[in-house]
Amino acid sequence: METILTIENLNKRFGPVHAVKNVSLEIKKGNVYGILGPNGSGKSTTLGIVLNVVNKTSGEYRWFGGAMETHEALKKVGAIIERPNFYPYMTAQENLELVCKIKGTPNTKVAEKLEVVGLLDRKDSKFRTFSLGMKQRLAIASALLNDPEILILDEPTNGLDPQGIRQIRDIIKTIASQGTTILLASHLLDEVEKVCSHVLVLRKGEILYSGKVDGMISNEGFFELQSDNLNELESALQNHPSIEKMELEEGKLVVYLKSALEAKDMNKYLVDKGIYLNHLVKRKHSLEEQFLQLTNNN
Amino acid sequence: MIRLLQIEFKKIWKNKASRILTISYFVILSFIALIASIKFNIGNFELQIADQGIFNFPYIWHFYTYIAAILKFFLAIVIVSMMANEYSYGTLKQNLIDGFSKKEFIQSKFITVLVFALASTVFVFIMSLILGLSFSSYNEIDIIFSDLEYILAYFLKLTAFFSFCLFLGILVKRSAFAIGFLFVWNIIEGIIIGLMKWRIFKNSDTADTIAQFLPLESMSNLIKEPFTRLNVIKNIEESIGGVPNVKDYGVHWYSMFIVFCWIVIFVLMSYKILQKRDL
Repeated sequence: METILTIENLNKRFGPVHAVKNVSLEIKKGNVYGILGPNGSGKSTTLGIVLNVVNKTSGEYRWFGGAMETHEALKKVGAIIERPNFYPYMTAQENLELVCKIKGTPNTKVAEKLEVVGLLDRKDSKFRTFSLGMKQRLAIASALLNDPEILILDEPTNGLDPQGIRQIRDIIKTIASQGTTILLASHLLDEVEKVCSHVLVLRKGEILYSGKVDGMISNEGFFELQSDNLNELESALQNHPSIEKMELEEGKLVVYLKSALEAKDMNKYLVDKGIYLNHLVKRKHSLEEQFLQLTNNN
Repeated sequence: MIRLLQIEFKKIWKNKASRILTISYFVILSFIALIASIKFNIGNFELQIADQGIFNFPYIWHFYTYIAAILKFFLAIVIVSMMANEYSYGTLKQNLIDGFSKKEFIQSKFITVLVFALASTVFVFIMSLILGLSFSSYNEIDIIFSDLEYILAYFLKLTAFFSFCLFLGILVKRSAFAIGFLFVWNIIEGIIIGLMKWRIFKNSDTADTIAQFLPLESMSNLIKEPFTRLNVIKNIEESIGGVPNVKDYGVHWYSMFIVFCWIVIFVLMSYKILQKRDL
């Protein structure tokens, strides 16, 4: 698979603050990546560096195998950052035409992309008259103008109302389904869970997890068990090879696994030991629980 | 280059304030011609400015470029806000993300500065030529096209001043503060020169020698005030002071060179700031 962006050991310091610590990653064509992290974890700084607006302290990054200069490569990239930035005194159409000039794409794309984000009927309105949701959609239209190889979105639903969030999310899904590579930075986990195939978890500038979303969610499952005598239950499971650890929570025994174990096998194992359960549930952590665990426990 | 100019022109022209300022600038510039119709009535003696030789070739090149340069503040505001707005709108960041390089960004701004300076110079050249041809007492080709170094000096002066504005716009990031800084700087230069003249280097030319290297002073040194060069004024001075005022009104190559150096310094420093700064 073709590599679009390679980041190697990237570091950024703002004075005493080490905002990005040794981040490495590779973006392959066709995948949808999520960058997760609490506010201030270095998501935007990392994106700022590869987008040529923040200077790196050390490390390397290469667009499209390093064959071209960053600003040339960025003409094949579509990106929106935190807040939509346009000239307030120009209309939607004039703003997009200016972006076309910078990127070197024909103006014919403007109407097409305004249609995609549903702003074609407002093309002659000045940017300053737009609501935040419309501004954000205009930013997406602008990022799509050059039919980019990769779309980079930094907190695209930040500050929007529920309808706005839904609209943006639908647009992102449509674009993803057309095979465009997407890099989505967000602190909204369900957003990433719904659209992304790969995920990168950052905290205080460090990578905590990097890999497939499925991998992050499904590695560990856990059981909630209850029987008449919980102590007996706990000692019966003490030596089971698949069990990582056990905790008593609200009258239930929570059993964490280190390797796969089906519910029926668990049931059979306990019956063989003469224990009958009142309650047996097998659950997997949602991305959110997983994320909180990752970012808190380390 | 055409592409950069198109981008920049679009940014300025779509902005109502910049558009109005630019148009007003050229309109007011052409109003200087109205000086021709000023008449004074002193008793029953009528004095018309146009008859006093200010529109004579080649003096008019000196006179018109000096007066026209005062109006440069109109365009200075346009230049400063063209730069500072990019910061306040966040469009500088967006332009870079869209694939502008930092070099192209500075280039596009500097080309605009050159175009403004050139447009103003051409305008002033044509206006002076028309006024001169209508009022000048001397109309020989040789005389008409002598002393044209004032036009070149005017172009350099504007380019340098606008480059300074561009640099301040990038440095300060806010239009109002940048223009404020320009005035503060003007005062600072005045204080430096004053201190040198009356405290440090009393009774010598050292103060002037050093002062000519200061940015704003070097720009105003290019075209010296033309009034005391007029015959009318000269006559008055001589009758009051008794001694004819000997002064050098010429445009010197070393003044031009100093100003040229400032232009290079301002543009390079703007580029360096842009490169160093995290947006």
